[in-house]
Amino acid sequence: MSMYSDKVMEHFRNPKNMGVMDSPDGVGEVGNPVCGDVMAVYIKVKDGRISDIKFQTFGCVAAVATSSMITELAKGKTLEEAAKLDNKSVSTELGGLPPIKEHCSNLAAEALHAAVKDYLAKRAQTGTRPAH
Amino acid sequence: MAYAYLDNSATTMTDPEAVKAMLPYFTESYGNPSSLHSFGTEAREAVEKARAQVARLVGAKPGEIVFTSGGTESDNLALRGAAGAGKPGANRIVTSNVEHPAVLETCKSLEARGARTDYLRIDRDGFVSPVDAARIVSERTAIVSVMLANNEIGTIQPVQEVAVECRARARNALVHTDAVQAAGKIPVDVERLGVDLLSLASHKFHGPKGVGALFVREGVRLSPAMTGGGHEKGLRSGTENVPGIVGMGKAAEIARENLGEDAARMTRLRDRLIDGLLPVEETFLNGSREKRLPNNANLRFLGIEGESLVLLLDGEGVAASTGSACSSKKLQASHVLLALGIPEWQAHGSLRLTLSRFTTDEEVSRAVDATKGAVSRLRAMSPVWKKIKAGEPVIGVKGGGHEHV
Repeated sequence: MSMYSDKVMEHFRNPKNMGVMDSPDGVGEVGNPVCGDVMAVYIKVKDGRISDIKFQTFGCVAAVATSSMITELAKGKTLEEAAKLDNKSVSTELGGLPPIKEHCSNLAAEALHAAVKDYLAKRAQTGTRPAH
Repeated sequence: MAYAYLDNSATTMTDPEAVKAMLPYFTESYGNPSSLHSFGTEAREAVEKARAQVARLVGAKPGEIVFTSGGTESDNLALRGAAGAGKPGANRIVTSNVEHPAVLETCKSLEARGARTDYLRIDRDGFVSPVDAARIVSERTAIVSVMLANNEIGTIQPVQEVAVECRARARNALVHTDAVQAAGKIPVDVERLGVDLLSLASHKFHGPKGVGALFVREGVRLSPAMTGGGHEKGLRSGTENVPGIVGMGKAAEIARENLGEDAARMTRLRDRLIDGLLPVEETFLNGSREKRLPNNANLRFLGIEGESLVLLLDGEGVAASTGSACSSKKLQASHVLLALGIPEWQAHGSLRLTLSRFTTDEEVSRAVDATKGAVSRLRAMSPVWKKIKAGEPVIGVKGGGHEHV
C-alpha cells in the first residue's frame, strides 16, 4: 500500500486544472526548487469570483495533488472565500497527508493566496478592475 | 501486467534455487548447529558448506567468514569491533562522505564516544583519492572504511590503492570495505583488494533477506557485536539463521559461477538504459560512465522531482528509485548526489535504475519508454521546466516561506 490515500494518488495521476494560462489576472508562485517544490497558481477573476484557475507544480506526489485540490476548491469561489481556504481544507479534502508531507498543503494554500494578492495589487495599481 | 523491476540495488528477487536449498532447513533439518545430535550435525554441516561458498565468492578462507543479519550489521561489527579492539590512543576513523548510512551513522555514534572521523571527499566523478587517504591516515587510525561500489551511483572506488597507502602509513589500522553492492556484479577478492574486513549482504545478490557476512582476515581482532553463547568465533553470538545462511551460500555459489556472463549481460542492458535516456533533453548521468557497476544507471532530468517520477513509473509498471529529498524521511536530497557537486534542485530530479541477472531486454525497453513519457508529463506541469526552457534563472523564485524541518 502506498503512503498516500487513494484520493491523493487520483489527483496526482489525473490532476485537475493543470497547465499555464494566457494573460491571467493574478499569479502566485511559491516554493523553492532547492527544497524540491515550486507551485504556480494562475487565476482569472470575474465579478469578484475566481472564474478560471490553473496550476503548475514542480514537486512530489503530495505537491501535485494538493495543487490540484486547491484549484478545485477555489474555482467559482469569491476572493474572500478563496482567501479563507487553508492547508487544512486541502488535506482534509484529500483524505489526509503523511505528516512529513503536510507542508505541501501549506504551499498550495500559499500559492492561491499569493495569486489573489497579486490580482488585488494589480487592480489597486490600475485603479480599476482588469477587463474580464 | 508485465512489470519491470529495476530497483535491484534496494533488493533482489531471491533465486528460486536458493529458496529450494533453504526449505529443508525449516521443516526437516531444523536442528541447532550447536547441538550434538544428528539434527545439530546436519545443520552445522549446512552452515559450514555455506561458509565455504561465501568465502569462495570473495577469495577468502571459510574460517574468515562471520555470518551476520545483513550488510548493516556487518558494517557495524567492522567499525564498532575495530574501534573497540584498537590500541589505546588509536581512536580515529577514516571514511568517505558517500558511504552507506550503515557506515556514516555508525561513525557518528562512535564519535559520541570519543572517536574522531575524517571524511575523504569525492571528486566530480564520484571517486575518493588514495593520495587523500595517505595524507589523513596515521598511527592513530583504528580503521579505514571505503566502500567498494556506491549504492546510488555505482562508482567503483580505488579500494586496493587506498589499502596500499594505509598499510604504508598505519601498520595497525584495519582496512574495511563495504562490498554489499559490488558482490555478484564485479569480481571481489579480499587478497587483491588487500582489506582486513569486507561486508556482504545476501539479499543484494539473490539470497534471502536477514542474512549477511563479514570477512574478518585471519589474525584480525575485533570486539564482538553481540555477546552470548560465543557463536561465530565469539564475534556474533546467537543461534545461526540456518535457512538464511544456506540460502546465502547457494546464492553466492550461483553468483560466482555466473559472474562473467551476468556482468556482460547487465553491462549491455545498463548501456541500453543510459543510451536510451541520455538523449532526452537536459538529462545527465550521475557518476562516472566508466568505473561503474554493470547494473547501475543513475540519471537526472532537470525540472522534475524524483518521487513523482518514481510513482508515475510505478503506475506504468516500472519499479525504480530516486535520490530526491521528497522521497526521504529527512526531506534532504541524497548526500551522494550533493557530494558530487550536483546542485540540490537538480538532485531532486534523479532516477536510479538498477538491474539484476534476471533483467530482460523487454524490461529495459519498457523502462526507457515509460521514463521518457513520465518525464515529459511531469515537465509539462513544471514551472521550473518552463523557466529552463525560457532561459530564466531557476533559483531565486519569489515567495517561498515554508520551512523544511
